Amino acid sequence: MTDSPAFEPSKGGVVGQPVNRVDGHAKVTGQAQYAAEYLLPNLTYAALKTSSIAKGRLKSIDTAAALREPGVLAVFTHENLPKMAQTPNTLAGKYAIYGMHMAFMPLTGNEIFYSAQPVAVVVADTFERATQAAALVQVTYEEARPVASYQSANAEVFDPNGQGYVFDLKKVVRGNPQASLAASAVQVKATYVHPINHHNPMEPGATIAHWEAPDRVTVYDSTQAVAMAQSSLATILGLPQEQVRVVTKFIGGGFGCKFNLWPHTVLATLAAKAVGRPVKLVLTRQQMFTSLGHREDQEQTITLGARQDGKLTTLIHEKTSTTSPWDIFAEPNGAILNWLYACPNYQSSHRVARANVMTSTYMRAPGESPGSVAMECGLDELAAKLGLDPLEIRLRNYANLDPGTGQPWSSKGLKECYARGAELFGWSKRSLEPGVTRDGRLLVGWGMATASYPVRPAQGRARVRLYADGHALVQTSATDLGTGTYTVITQVAADALGLPMANVRFELGDSNLPTAPASGSSVAAATVSSSVYLAIQDVWQRLTALAVRDSQSPLFKALPADVVREQDQLVLKKNPSKREKFSALLQRQGLADIEGVGNSKSGEGYEADQIAFDNKPGTKQTKRSMYSFGVHFCEVKVDPDLGTVHVTRWVSVMDGGRILNSKTARSQIIGGSIMGIGAALMEGTNRDEQYARYTNADLAGYHVPINADIPDMQVEFIDGHDPYVNAMGVKGIGEVAMVGTVAAVANAVYHATGKRVRSFPIVPSKVLGSDAV
Amino acid sequence: MDNNFFNKLTSDQPSDGSRRSFMKQAGGIVGLALAPPFVAQADRLTAFSKTVAGVSPMQLKVNGTVRTIQAEPRVTLLDALREHLHLTGTKKGCDHGQCGACTVHVNGRRIVSCLTLAVMNQGQEITTIEGLARGSELHPLQEAFIKHDAFQCGYCTSGQIMSGVACVQEGHATTDHQAREWMSGNICRCGAYPNILAAVREVAGQQAKG
Repeated sequence: MTDSPAFEPSKGGVVGQPVNRVDGHAKVTGQAQYAAEYLLPNLTYAALKTSSIAKGRLKSIDTAAALREPGVLAVFTHENLPKMAQTPNTLAGKYAIYGMHMAFMPLTGNEIFYSAQPVAVVVADTFERATQAAALVQVTYEEARPVASYQSANAEVFDPNGQGYVFDLKKVVRGNPQASLAASAVQVKATYVHPINHHNPMEPGATIAHWEAPDRVTVYDSTQAVAMAQSSLATILGLPQEQVRVVTKFIGGGFGCKFNLWPHTVLATLAAKAVGRPVKLVLTRQQMFTSLGHREDQEQTITLGARQDGKLTTLIHEKTSTTSPWDIFAEPNGAILNWLYACPNYQSSHRVARANVMTSTYMRAPGESPGSVAMECGLDELAAKLGLDPLEIRLRNYANLDPGTGQPWSSKGLKECYARGAELFGWSKRSLEPGVTRDGRLLVGWGMATASYPVRPAQGRARVRLYADGHALVQTSATDLGTGTYTVITQVAADALGLPMANVRFELGDSNLPTAPASGSSVAAATVSSSVYLAIQDVWQRLTALAVRDSQSPLFKALPADVVREQDQLVLKKNPSKREKFSALLQRQGLADIEGVGNSKSGEGYEADQIAFDNKPGTKQTKRSMYSFGVHFCEVKVDPDLGTVHVTRWVSVMDGGRILNSKTARSQIIGGSIMGIGAALMEGTNRDEQYARYTNADLAGYHVPINADIPDMQVEFIDGHDPYVNAMGVKGIGEVAMVGTVAAVANAVYHATGKRVRSFPIVPSKVLGSDAV
Repeated sequence: MDNNFFNKLTSDQPSDGSRRSFMKQAGGIVGLALAPPFVAQADRLTAFSKTVAGVSPMQLKVNGTVRTIQAEPRVTLLDALREHLHLTGTKKGCDHGQCGACTVHVNGRRIVSCLTLAVMNQGQEITTIEGLARGSELHPLQEAFIKHDAFQCGYCTSGQIMSGVACVQEGHATTDHQAREWMSGNICRCGAYPNILAAVREVAGQQAKG
């Protein structure tokens, strides 16, 4: 048995097939257990009291009335919250806590930095009593005038100068953008304005903290990253990592807001320790707007320079956004402009302003999603100015090499995506002129946009136990946000073991299992599938080692390198009549089971066989640029009298490398597109300028798409193995699903109406209003 | 918009979910006439008497089984199901009737269980997602949800299915357009709407054929 580092699809295999979700039955019968649904003895309930001002100081906090309520066990404020071993309250503190996003922990002092900042935690024997008692905590404030956003008159906008958190926000310059712009035949400059967006997963943030011993805690938490949450909590609590267990078997959506550890999980865990009983804390929907971050409010200006034939010469991107009092965080919008189109001169820069708001965070395709609005709407404006078809201008600027680095792509099926998408949509029938196509009294518009997202570097481990009875247990600490991890990993394991899916059980969502990366940045499917595949290769090598030393095996004394696997058997390559089922081998050896482990790398750092072939000894290694690609096509119908926009048709064609399950993959793409339709047409959280407080912080005020907003959607994949990215050839699709979608809608609205609305969301008043150009 | 949209809404107002009946019952005004015969006289008096402050026993008939809980009258039906009966299939997404995740059936009608108190639902036939299948045989809409991948994270799914079953029964799933409208009280942030529509329409088609 030789090491086979790259997955090969097997005949009759299930990888890629549109099989139903293995956790589908649990989800349609209500049996899937989410974080707040663990029945523990002596369970108590926590509720948060939050600040009614956005900036100032606590003058007094009176908990007497709350403590008098029946069933109330404790009220914690900054005066009596149990001490933490480490807080993130300074930048150094935050960086010391892996996985903590915000350099601030509430209830550690009397200062108020943002509206609805937690100021007290009440623990009671029922949810109702905790909630009421929290309302009875009496707080008085010394109020100061807050800053609401980068747009406020009292905001100070500054250049972060490379000091950004996670994304450094350095100015990036390639070529000579100013000179090339001045020399370009055509120029377009446009500013797009975006409000705050909130992820609003259906399951609110939720934690049950259960101290099983004074120094050992299990935390059931709604997190995208059990291993990272374990690490963060261990540091904050001052415990060895193995004494903190984080469990997330099912998570009701995340979209980025459950990637990092947030204060409420820490508060619940500290409260549980103090009261000596398990504590459940479920955020209210209103608190979801002030507890898990958001996509920051921002404006971005793109300047495009081009030749008369539409070929880009210059791309300049400037972004200004709001950040918190402690952190410098902004999505790096300009990054995608550096690789999406062949353009020799490029520049990207950021500016931020501190405001009284919590730190913004990753939201589906952070940077690439809003950045693609500037790029794809800007290019659409350029095409209109030149009288070019939007798809044609993209083909004229097609990048055969990564323009940012000059490197070849690991794989790029974007041309195929364009061609297939255009065919499915009927793009060739589009009128070049906007505002001229009608369906009755409705204006009809067609728009499109390119999608792309990096294959981010990640690694993870998995363990596979193969039983002599023909069943297998596969384990990693990954999470399944609904993306289909449970299902696709079961498919991969079944094929690699030669077993039916029903014989494979995949267990995830527990920090006691081998460490997997967070489900985010589109790394989960790629990394977890590869680690499971490699763990199974390890199993087969161990089985081979047993067989060739076993005098009763048909493979006795064979060279391990001459043994191959076929389905669930080991076979001698030169003489296939010599073969043995693993179950027979294990039984004869008196082994109930055998275990293998695998560690996979994905993205940069993955050393594929293919790369070794490409690079002759002594030559410099050719690095590859690794990205998913795709295209979205959108039709809208606009009521010219009411200004309402309805998306009526949608086509997405994506290149995400190997697709592990075409059914769940399609669901991810339509899901990302629907989130884009929301951001384009209805989503936005408003902050009051004077009080820096959200005015629409619930699902009645923050509109997300509903069933009636969404048409039938067509999705196809350019399916293929990318040998450079990881053992499975998977590039990832969760984020790329949303990139370009907002622009596709906006471009369709322009095509329908001839008006360019550059402020999102595109609500009827803007479609009708004169502020649009 | 379908012609019967407004007619349906006005003619079919839920008699037990309105603000007025809420005030009556929670305020302790005796509503004995509403209590069906299988609840014992003593239970009815407990349920609807003026002495409902503090924790008191109440009986809920959920999925065909009558169970007694000790709860305050301010406990919503949703919290009674999740926190007292540990029927956690019914989800809390907003607690304000804005998302539909907590949809259950009361006497065969779909309601959001976060906007009704448990005490008001004594003696009613409450069906939750856990009671939809017959033994190991799933309801056709549960099957259709799996087949059409009508969910991702699964958190809105119970509410979508309970809503979908009622939507089909109401006759509000006869066209794609109509089913979209009548399924729009249930938010799915993962964006499974086209798949939810396909599942609901498939079951509506099956039932139309008999």
